[in-house]
Amino acid sequence: MKSKIINTDWLYTISPQKKTIDLNFKEIWRYRDLLFLFVKRDVITQYKQTILGPLWYFIQPLFTSIIFTLIFNNLAAIPTGDGVPSFLFNLAGITSWNYFSACLTGTSNTFAANQGIFGKVYFPRVITPLSVVFSNLLKFGIQLLVFICFYIYFVFFTDKAFNAMPQIALICLPVIIIFMGLFGLGLGMTISSMTTKYRDLSFLVGFGVQLLMYGSAVMYPLSYFKDKVPEYAWLVEHNPMTTIIELFRYMCLGIGEFSLFSFLYAGCVSVIFFLIGLVIFNKTEKSFIDTV
Amino acid sequence: MRAEDIILKAENISKQYRLGLVGTGTISHDLNRWWSRIRGKEDPYLKVGDINDRTSKANSQYVWALKDINFEVKRGEVLGIIGKNGAGKSTLLKILSKVTGPTTGEIKTKGRIASLLEVGTGFHGEMTGRENVYLNGAILGMTKKEIKSKIEEIIVFSGCERYIDTPVKRYSSGMTVRLAFAVAAFLEPEILVIDEVLAVGDAEFQKKAIGKMQDISKGEGRTVLFVSHNMAAVKNLCTRGLLIDKGKIVLNDNIDKVVDSYLSNEDVVSTSSKSLINSIRDTGAQQIMTSIEILNKEGVISGRDVCFRIYFKEDYKENISLGYLIKDDKDANIHASNMKQCDLLFENKTSRFIDLTLKNLPLAPGKYSLSLYFGNGNYDLDVIDNAIFFQVFWDNTSNIKAPLKKWGNVHISNIWDY
Repeated sequence: MKSKIINTDWLYTISPQKKTIDLNFKEIWRYRDLLFLFVKRDVITQYKQTILGPLWYFIQPLFTSIIFTLIFNNLAAIPTGDGVPSFLFNLAGITSWNYFSACLTGTSNTFAANQGIFGKVYFPRVITPLSVVFSNLLKFGIQLLVFICFYIYFVFFTDKAFNAMPQIALICLPVIIIFMGLFGLGLGMTISSMTTKYRDLSFLVGFGVQLLMYGSAVMYPLSYFKDKVPEYAWLVEHNPMTTIIELFRYMCLGIGEFSLFSFLYAGCVSVIFFLIGLVIFNKTEKSFIDTV
Repeated sequence: MRAEDIILKAENISKQYRLGLVGTGTISHDLNRWWSRIRGKEDPYLKVGDINDRTSKANSQYVWALKDINFEVKRGEVLGIIGKNGAGKSTLLKILSKVTGPTTGEIKTKGRIASLLEVGTGFHGEMTGRENVYLNGAILGMTKKEIKSKIEEIIVFSGCERYIDTPVKRYSSGMTVRLAFAVAAFLEPEILVIDEVLAVGDAEFQKKAIGKMQDISKGEGRTVLFVSHNMAAVKNLCTRGLLIDKGKIVLNDNIDKVVDSYLSNEDVVSTSSKSLINSIRDTGAQQIMTSIEILNKEGVISGRDVCFRIYFKEDYKENISLGYLIKDDKDANIHASNMKQCDLLFENKTSRFIDLTLKNLPLAPGKYSLSLYFGNGNYDLDVIDNAIFFQVFWDNTSNIKAPLKKWGNVHISNIWDY
C-alpha cells in the first residue's frame, strides 16, 4: 500500500537541534511585520495611563544630568574640559548610556518575560529582542533631540560653550548607534539565554548595569580617570562602552579621545558580542520552554 | 494511498522531560551531558526515563512525555487527538507547532503549520481590539497585508464591532476569546493545529466556531489537527482519530472507533458528587445545572434504588422538566426517560435541586454514564452529555452471583418456579 516518499518533497522538517548556528534569515524577513508591530506595541503601551505620557522620555535624562552635574561636577569637582558646560557633558553621556542600558535590560529578560507567548506559538524568537532594540531607538531619538535643544541653547544663547564644537566625525554617529545596539543586544541575549535555566544572572543585571555605568566614563572623562587612578585605568579603557561614550562626546562636543583604533575596537567587540549572543540565543530558543 | 497525499509525517517522535525542581543538582547532569557530547557519545540520560503515567510514583528523574510516536496525516484530513489529561497530547501539539523541539525523531511536513494552542496569545490589554488583531495576526504568521485584506471579515466574525476601537482590557473574557478566535479562523496555513478552543465562549459562538472549522477543513480542503475533550465536537469535526495514552499512540483509526475506545476507558468518578459548571455542554445550552450528587452512600448497587440529586442555579425560578439518558461504556443508549413522559412539571419557586430515583436499578455491574436534559417544559435549556460516569456494583452479600459481562447490561431479578 505505502509507497516511498521522496525526501525532497518536504517543505521543512522539525527535528532535534544539531547545528550550532541555525539561523533562518528568510524566515526572520518574512516576520518583519511582526517586528514592526512589536515596536509599535512597545511605543504605544509604554506610557498609557500616565499623565505626563511621553514627557517621561525627557524628564529622566534631564534630571539625571542635573543630579550628576550637582554631585560630580559641583561637589566632587570633576572637570569636564574647558568651554564645555558640565550639564551638556553629562547629558551627552547619559543619552548614549541610556540607549545601551535600555537595550541590555530590555533584552536580558526576553525569555522570562515572554514565556507565555513563546510557550504557545512559534515565530522566530530573535524578533522579540530585536523589537526592544528598535523601540529603544525611538526613545533614543527623542532624547537626542533634547540634547540637541540644550546644545543649541548653550552654544547660541550663553557664552559657556565656546569650545563645544561638533566634529566631522559626527557622520559616524549612526555607526556608533549600531555599535551600541549590537553590544546591548548581544549581551542581553546572552544573559536572557543563560537565565532560562539558572536564574542567578538575572539578579546581577539590575545592579550590574549600574556598576557598569560607573565603569563606562559616563560622568567623567576617560583622561581624568587615567590621571587620577592610573593603576585601574585599563579596566575602564578596555570597556567598549567607554570607547563608545567617549566617541559620542567627541563627535558632538569635541572633547575626549578619538582614534581610528578605538573606533574599530568598539566595533569589533560589539559585533563579536552580538554574534556570541545570537548563537547562544539560537541554541536556547528551541529547548527553553522545557527548562524555564 | 498515494505518496503526495501525505502532508505531514511524524517519525519516532519522543520527548523527554526532567522531573522535579531545577536546582544546583541539575548542573551536574548538564555537565555530564556536555562532557559526553564533547567526546561524541550519546546523551547518557536518554537511556533512562519512565513512561508518562502521572498516577504512579517516578523511579527515575526523567520521564518520556512522548515515546516513539509515528503517524501520517493526509491532505484535507481532520485528525482528532484525544487522550486523558497528561497523556501527552499537548506536548505533541507543541512539537508540531515548533514551540519546543522533540528529543528524538522528526516531523516532516509539506505545508506551513499554524497553531492555535490558546486563543488570545499576545493580546495586550492597553491596545484596542483593532490593534490587537494586527498584532495577534502577525504573531500567528500573517503579514500586515494579509490582515489588512481580512480585517473587516475578522471583526464581523468576532461580533465585536462596537468595541473594536476600545482597549481590550475593557472587554469581557468572552469577547476577548471571540476576537482571538476570529483572528485565528482567518489564518490560511496548510495545516492548522488547534487545542481546546471550543471550551470557551457562549453557545452561539461555539456553534459559529465549529461551523468555521468545518468550512476550513471541508470547504477549503485544509488539514486540521484538533485536540479536545469535547467528544461531541471531535466526532462532529474529525475524520480520523489518534488516541494517546501515557505518551504512546494506543489507537489510530476512524474517529468513531477511537472515541468509543476512549470513552470506555474513561475514569469512573470516585467521589459521589461532581460539579457540572465546567462540563462540556451541547451547542446552544445554557449553564443552569451546577452539580450532581449520588445520594447512595454505599455506592450504586444493582437491584437497589439509586438516587441522583441534580443541583441547579439559585436564580433559576422557572418551570423545570428534567430528562435523563443512561448509556453504557460503549456509548450505546440503555434507557431514557423524562418528566414529560409522566406528565410532570415542577413549578419551581425556591428549590435548588431535584432528586431522581431509579427504582430497583436493573443494570448489570459495569460502567455507565448519565446524560441530563434540563428544560422548562417546552424545550431543553441545558444539556450535558455524560454528565456523570458511575460504576454499578454487585451486592456480594446476596445469594445470587454476579452476572457475567457478556450476558448484557441489564439484570432483571427473576423467579424460577418448578
